[in-house]
Amino acid sequence: MSERRVLLIEDEPNIIEAIRFILSRDGWRVDTHSDGISAVEAVHSRSPDLVILDVMLPNRSGYDILNDLKAEEATRDIPVLMLTARGQKKDRELAERLGVSRFMTKPFSNGEVLNTVRELVG
Amino acid sequence: MDVSSPTGSRIRSYRIEKGIRQADLARDCEISPSYLNLIEHNRRRIGGVLLLRLSSALGIEPDRLSEGADLGVAMALSEAAQVFPESDAEVARSSEFANRFPGWARLIAALYGERSRLEETIARLDKRLTHDPYLAASMHTILSSVTSIRSSSAILANGEDVGPEWEARFQRNIFEDSQRLSETTEDLVRFLENETETELPVLTAQEEVDAWLTARQWRIAELEAEPDADDADLWRLVRAAGELTDDASRAYAVELLGIYASDVRLLPEVVLRDALEDTVITPLTLAEHLGVAPTVLFRRLASRSREEMGERGGTGLFACDGEGTLIFRKPLDGFDWGGARISEMLWPLFQAMERPLIPVTRLFQADTGEAEKVRATAVSEISFPDGYGNKPKHTAWMLLEQVIAPVETATSRAASAFDKTGIVG
Repeated sequence: MSERRVLLIEDEPNIIEAIRFILSRDGWRVDTHSDGISAVEAVHSRSPDLVILDVMLPNRSGYDILNDLKAEEATRDIPVLMLTARGQKKDRELAERLGVSRFMTKPFSNGEVLNTVRELVG
Repeated sequence: MDVSSPTGSRIRSYRIEKGIRQADLARDCEISPSYLNLIEHNRRRIGGVLLLRLSSALGIEPDRLSEGADLGVAMALSEAAQVFPESDAEVARSSEFANRFPGWARLIAALYGERSRLEETIARLDKRLTHDPYLAASMHTILSSVTSIRSSSAILANGEDVGPEWEARFQRNIFEDSQRLSETTEDLVRFLENETETELPVLTAQEEVDAWLTARQWRIAELEAEPDADDADLWRLVRAAGELTDDASRAYAVELLGIYASDVRLLPEVVLRDALEDTVITPLTLAEHLGVAPTVLFRRLASRSREEMGERGGTGLFACDGEGTLIFRKPLDGFDWGGARISEMLWPLFQAMERPLIPVTRLFQADTGEAEKVRATAVSEISFPDGYGNKPKHTAWMLLEQVIAPVETATSRAASAFDKTGIVG
């Protein structure tokens, strides 16, 4: 069985380290990307099994990135777990409308992230 | 007070009698001065909570403002019943209830009014928490720090051997994030303490778009360069604007940008600049000379800065929709109108709305007593955004120009002739 890959698009270095550690210990290969502008290209080049996407990124919103990923055939079927500090109903609804697989508000627990990643890639 | 006069007239009379400025009353009631102006001139019907708010701000009983006994209270009761349909309140009998039990009716209306006011305050605070750049950034930092601390500490507290290198790294991360958390919360507390006496800004979609356009000095350089921009380009431009905080503001901005792009296609800057260098004539004649609708020329002139306009002087631009609501306002800088004359200044706009396609012009003198004048030229247009056969859309546009030197041309003489016939207001 090939290595399962997660692309973590997040700009907070300490959150990146924590998530990378948790998922790596569970056998995932974790690539990271921190800029909004080139995030879609990063998904194309890394071809991950799952994208973990922060909303507030430098230069581009996570919602716009999600929109682009769902509009392109090559990336449409990649599950996206969205992480955000803004957990209002309208934020969740917007993410769902754009096709997010799961929406998680900060602060989240390590167990929640791990279980969700396992569920989404199955 | 004439009890047979319409509600708006009564509001105006009480306000003037009590020496309250229109802008102050509008602010107290959390509506725009232009909307209050329309109410006072009986161009907008009001009732319910707004009527109660106005009566409270004026310090009089709501019944004295409404056109029938207890009408304001009865309308507030009806509104309350609609908000709480599960109460099965007998809406059709609200006037009867208000007449039979006036005290109870006033109490219910007052509680409903207070509830509406609190709801609006919560919505405003919520909007501010989301969109105020400082608060939003602070909340983001706090939640990110807490997330990082929670995750890192959970890894360390799990009891598993993570190895000395990771252990040191997570300890350092927790230390850094706790420091960041501490500093951000201290700053935030200081900020909120300083803000407690400050009134919260209430921005409507139009006010947000106004602020955005003002910051851009009413010129969209991107569309001047690329007037063939499609809807996706316009949305991209609007989404990049931090000042536009919700979908209503963005949609309104996209609508205006669509008009702007179309205007640039019809009248590019290079053509307009050449025409302005050649002639000093009224905008109506210039529009005819250029072969464009006057409203296109008005908007193009208003997109130019005071410096670009040179000797022609600065410009202002106002627009209202078919219901008389102001939908666009670029003030004319550096002209002292005095508060009371602002509504007078808007009359050509409303007159133009009543007479589609017939221009209305008017000269105003500055309150300073100097020779400086402002020329208002208004024209209304009809469009069919949903296609012919569907409801037409009426919009009136009014250009304001500083008239620095008298313009003695055939056109102005023709305009004077119009004045005499009464076609020009």
